[in-house]
Amino acid sequence: MDAKKIDRLATTILYLIAGIIVIILASLLGYILVRGLPHISWHFLTAPSQSFKAGGGIGIQLFNSLYLLVLSMLISVPLALGAGIYLAEYARENKLTEIIRTAIEILSSLPSVVVGLFGFLVFVLQFGFGFSILSGALALTMFNLPLLTRNVEDSLRQVSFDQREAGLALGLSRWETVIHVIIPEALPGIITGMILGAGRVFGEAAALIYTAGQSAPALDFTNWNPLNIASPLNPLRPAETLAVHIWKINSEGIQPDAAAVSAGASAVLILAVLLFNVLARVIGNRIYKKMTAV
Amino acid sequence: MQNYSLADTYIKPLDPAEHELALETKNLKVFYGDHEAIHGASLQFERYKITALIGASGSGKSTFLRSLNRMNDLVDKARVTGEILYRGLDINSDKIDVYEMRRHIGMVFQRPNPFAKSIYDNITFAPRRFGEKNKKVLDEMVETSLKQAALWDQVKDDLNQSGLALSGGQQQRLCIARAIAMKPDILLLDEPASALDPISTSQVEDTLLALKDHYTIIIVTHNMQQAARISDYTSFFYSGTAIEFDETRKIFTRPQIQATEDYVSGHFG
Repeated sequence: MDAKKIDRLATTILYLIAGIIVIILASLLGYILVRGLPHISWHFLTAPSQSFKAGGGIGIQLFNSLYLLVLSMLISVPLALGAGIYLAEYARENKLTEIIRTAIEILSSLPSVVVGLFGFLVFVLQFGFGFSILSGALALTMFNLPLLTRNVEDSLRQVSFDQREAGLALGLSRWETVIHVIIPEALPGIITGMILGAGRVFGEAAALIYTAGQSAPALDFTNWNPLNIASPLNPLRPAETLAVHIWKINSEGIQPDAAAVSAGASAVLILAVLLFNVLARVIGNRIYKKMTAV
Repeated sequence: MQNYSLADTYIKPLDPAEHELALETKNLKVFYGDHEAIHGASLQFERYKITALIGASGSGKSTFLRSLNRMNDLVDKARVTGEILYRGLDINSDKIDVYEMRRHIGMVFQRPNPFAKSIYDNITFAPRRFGEKNKKVLDEMVETSLKQAALWDQVKDDLNQSGLALSGGQQQRLCIARAIAMKPDILLLDEPASALDPISTSQVEDTLLALKDHYTIIIVTHNMQQAARISDYTSFFYSGTAIEFDETRKIFTRPQIQATEDYVSGHFG
C-alpha cells in the first residue's frame, strides 16, 4: 500500500472510533431523556418524595442538591484559590512543593466512596456533625478540592510570564501583580473549572451516602432561620440529594412508581449537569472577551 | 571562531565632574546556581544619554541589564553580587525596597507585553495603584505618555480598545508609554525592537531619541546599526564580560580591543 492509501485508511478508522464514541454518548443521553422527560412536571420538581405511595416528587432532593452545592463551593473555592495561587505564584521548586503536588494528585484520584467513608468517620462521628449537609459539604470539598486547586494552578500558569514581569517592572508588588494582572487574565479558565467542578459535585452520590445521609425530612419553606431544624437552610439537618435519591430508589425503593421517579430524577440530573457544562463554556468565553477586550 | 582573552578589556572611565552619572555598577557578578554568568562588570551610565549594550547571543548583556532593576530576583537560583549605585544608594542591597526602586528604574522587554486591558488602563493601572485617583491627571498622563511614545495619533480615538488589539510595533510603544507614565529616572530596554518589522523598529528608535531629553536610557540590542544610530555610549559584552566601554563612535570606528573590532566589523556574532 502506498502512503496515500494508508493515510486514507487511518483517517477512516479514526473517524469510525470518534463516531462510535459519539453514538454511545448520544444513545445514553437519549435513553435517559426519552425515559425520564415524560415524568418531569412542575409537581414532580417541587413535591416532596413519597416512601410508600406513588406520586412522589423530588422537590426536597433538588433543593438539597443545590444547597449542598452552594455550601461546598463556598468552602472549597476560597481554599482552591489560595492553594492554587500559592503553588503557581509563590511556591519554589523544592521537596515540600513536590510533596504537596503529589498529595493533591493522590487526593484527586481517590475513589469518592472512600472519601465518603472518611467523611463518615471524621465529620459524622468524630466531629459529631451527624448525617448533615455540613458533613456532606465537607466530604464534597475533600472530593472536589484537589481538582479545583489543579485547575486554578494550571489557569494561572497559562498566563504568560511576560505579564508578571510587566507588573513587577512597573513597581507593583508580587501580590498586586497576581491579584490585578494575573488573576483577571486567568479568570475565564478558573471559572470554567469551577463550573465543571460544580457539575461534578452535583452528580456525586457515593461520597454523600454516609455523610449527608439518605433521608429527606419535610422542610418548611417559609422558615428561613438557619438554626431551626425544619428550615431548608439548616446545615445540620440530614439531606438526601438527587443523586443519592436515584441510588436509593433503585436499590431499595418500594414505591409503586419507583422506576418512573428514578427515570425522571435521572433526566433532571443529567440536564442539570449538561446545563453546567454549557454555562461553563458560555461564561468562560464571555469573560475572556470582556477581560481582554478583543 | 577564535577565543578572545577575557582579561583584555578597556572600560573608559567617566569623570563624575564632567559627566553626571545616573547609574553605576561596581564589580557586578551574576550567578545562576554555581555558574557565573557575569564576571564582575563595572560600568557607568551618564544621565540623559543612551547607552547601548551590544554582543552576541549569550554574551550576558541581557542578564546584566535585568540585574540593574533586580528583575533577576524573580529567577529562583539567580544571585547577584557587587554594587549598583543609584543616587548614592546601593540598590543591590537587601535593605532596598525593590518595588519602590523599580518605579524609578523602569523596563521594557523584548516581547511586547501589554496587559490584557484597555489602552487607557494599561497606562493608568500602575499609577492608580500608587494612589493617583484624579481623573484629569490620569487623562493627561495617558495623553502625554502616548505622545512621547509616538502612539497618540494612532489610538486617541479609541483608548478603550484592548492593548492586545494593537500591532506588534504599537504594542511595544504602548509598553514604552506605560513605562514612562511612571516617570522613571532610568529606562532599561531589553532588545525592544527585535520582534518588530523595520518600520516599527525605526518608529521605536525615533521614540527613544525623543525620550533622551528626559530619561537616561540603557538599551540592549543585537543590532549594531541600531546601537550606532541611537546611542551615545556603547559597551561590548563577550562571554559574560564587559570587554569594552566607550563613546559609541569610538567603539564603531576605533575600538581598543580586538574582540570588539571583530564583532562590530561582523567577524562573529
